[in-house]
Amino acid sequence: MSIPEQQTAGGPEPILRVKGLVKHFPITKGLLRRQIGAVQAVDGLTFDVLAGETLGVVGESGCGKSTMGRLITRLLEPTGGTVEFQGKDITHLGVAGMRPMRRDVQMIFQDPYSSLNPRHTVGTIVGAPFRLQGIKPEGGVKKEVQRLLGLVGLNPEHYNRYPHEFSGGQRQRIGIARALALNPKLVVADEPVSALDVSIQAQVVNLLDDLQTELGLTYVIIAHDLSVIRHVSDRIAVMYLGKLVELTDRSSLYTRPMHPYTKALLSAVPVPDPGRRTKRERILLKGDVPSPISPPSGCRFHTRCWKATEVCSSQEPPLVALEPGHQVACHHPESVPEPAPATA
Amino acid sequence: MTAPLHDTGAAETAAVDVTAGAPARAIEGRSPWRIAWIRLKRDKLALAGGVVVLLLILVAVFAPLIVDLLGHPPNEFHEEEIDPLFSVPKGSWGGINSDFLLGVEPRNGRDVFSRIVYGARVSLLVAFLAAVVAVVLGTLFGIVAGFFGGWVDTVVSRLMDLLLAFPQLLFIIALVSVVPDSLWGLTGSGVRMGVLIVVIGFFGWPYIGRIVRGQTLSLREREYVEAARSLGAGRGYILLRELLPNLVAPITVYTTLMIPTNVLTEAALSFLGTGVKPPTASWGDMLSRAVDHYEADPLYMIIPGLAIFVTVLAFNLFGDGVRDALDPKGSR
Repeated sequence: MSIPEQQTAGGPEPILRVKGLVKHFPITKGLLRRQIGAVQAVDGLTFDVLAGETLGVVGESGCGKSTMGRLITRLLEPTGGTVEFQGKDITHLGVAGMRPMRRDVQMIFQDPYSSLNPRHTVGTIVGAPFRLQGIKPEGGVKKEVQRLLGLVGLNPEHYNRYPHEFSGGQRQRIGIARALALNPKLVVADEPVSALDVSIQAQVVNLLDDLQTELGLTYVIIAHDLSVIRHVSDRIAVMYLGKLVELTDRSSLYTRPMHPYTKALLSAVPVPDPGRRTKRERILLKGDVPSPISPPSGCRFHTRCWKATEVCSSQEPPLVALEPGHQVACHHPESVPEPAPATA
Repeated sequence: MTAPLHDTGAAETAAVDVTAGAPARAIEGRSPWRIAWIRLKRDKLALAGGVVVLLLILVAVFAPLIVDLLGHPPNEFHEEEIDPLFSVPKGSWGGINSDFLLGVEPRNGRDVFSRIVYGARVSLLVAFLAAVVAVVLGTLFGIVAGFFGGWVDTVVSRLMDLLLAFPQLLFIIALVSVVPDSLWGLTGSGVRMGVLIVVIGFFGWPYIGRIVRGQTLSLREREYVEAARSLGAGRGYILLRELLPNLVAPITVYTTLMIPTNVLTEAALSFLGTGVKPPTASWGDMLSRAVDHYEADPLYMIIPGLAIFVTVLAFNLFGDGVRDALDPKGSR
């Protein structure tokens, strides 16, 4: 796959460079654990994350977004490709080798009910990064933890409380405080708000926004909710079946989507205004997402694409920049929005 | 839609209110253990079981003192209390009088009360220590199998299946007959008790091991384990600091429920003559002696039977209460 260099002229340096990232989960059978196949969760991702930006990653369930997040935080071992953080190759570092990196790369998890150990107090949870990294903050761990709790909008006095004494939104704030404890440079948030009530989602999203301005963080935010992604992201990557199909900045993605899949996704976003609802055409994709165990040949989207032709099923479209900063992997990109034949 | 909204809103304002209302007092979290304790305190049946368990432990610990005050040495013969013609205790009710609180043994006239008190020692010691052996082995193997998975899990799981399918009673009977008189620096009854503890514990660990393995399998997928790894935690930290605290509750429950089973096993083995060696008092041994005299002296059979029954019932009631109190489903 030929990958053109990203258009970052004059922009900030990439903090994270991902090249041809692949993760296959083996499927084994029998006593000898013979490999009979593989789930191709992530199959060749190439992108950069620039310092200070928010990269949003969207896609349907099972498209490999979460796997991608766990690969760049090195919770999973990549099958292929490289991950470079600040110029250092971290692709195959072990637990000990990764430990110093952990200070700079942190993760916020999806489920606030499962991401906090129910047997630990908030103080222990938010203080764990200091203990694990052997860092003694100025003024002691307790004081620092209380500062962090204040930072994310929790009462510092709740230091001795247990997770079950908090609401979902408060728990997610605890998870954010833990992720920020070591003053990281890059924070990967895997569906940070999808387990929360809509009213609380806004609070947490705004908190993430405020913290970014305050602390100069770089975010990779994984979500399936296009409205959330639109709100938080500077650039957006769209994934389909383990591959990037489109990567561009927010405004061009929402105004001029080039990949048919992106177009279909955007057309499915609910419009809160009934008057506008009728004017818009919805693209209904036929069928289900194909199995990542045996993905379709060529372009992975060709089985559901209304523009698919012969070439789509035989040749894989490379991810190329059709405009500066707008990368698309499609044989028949749509530069101008045009009415789609399959409508509801 | 209004319910969760209200819920979170209330929680968040309440959190602020607490500090406003009581600025002087530090906020203490209610730990899961304290919540379990509060719940256990409400369960009267479990509390009653717990009190009986506590009394039994005190009796076993202070057996010499109690016997000194209220009875006669457990191995002292009192032939003057026995009717020489029928070799049953003189008087009705198995010879109960102010001197012998629970009567005397037929034939030899040993003090039943003292033997019950000393029997509690044997029963509880064997039951507790066997449970400790089972818990240590079960937790170790279970957590390793669940956490590492793969072939380790396969090997440990098949080993557990094997042990669970093993005819343990027959094995113990066969084993006891070949155990030498002195072993591990112990002699006489000590050897037998040591063997009982090791063997009962060894056959008991798969029960704990399975529970721990299953729990570990589900716990290791929780996001807090990933969170710990994303902070640079190694396997040791994850096992000891993240997983083990969450396993203590199920382990506690199955330990309290395992003890009565061990009491019963010890009694059964003593009844069959493969438990502790004779002059040492044991409830199972008393029962087996009572078989010869149950028509003339039924009380001699009823008393050790009751002792076993009360012990097992008390532990079971207490164990059930502990389980209900620690049940994560009622976590509030």
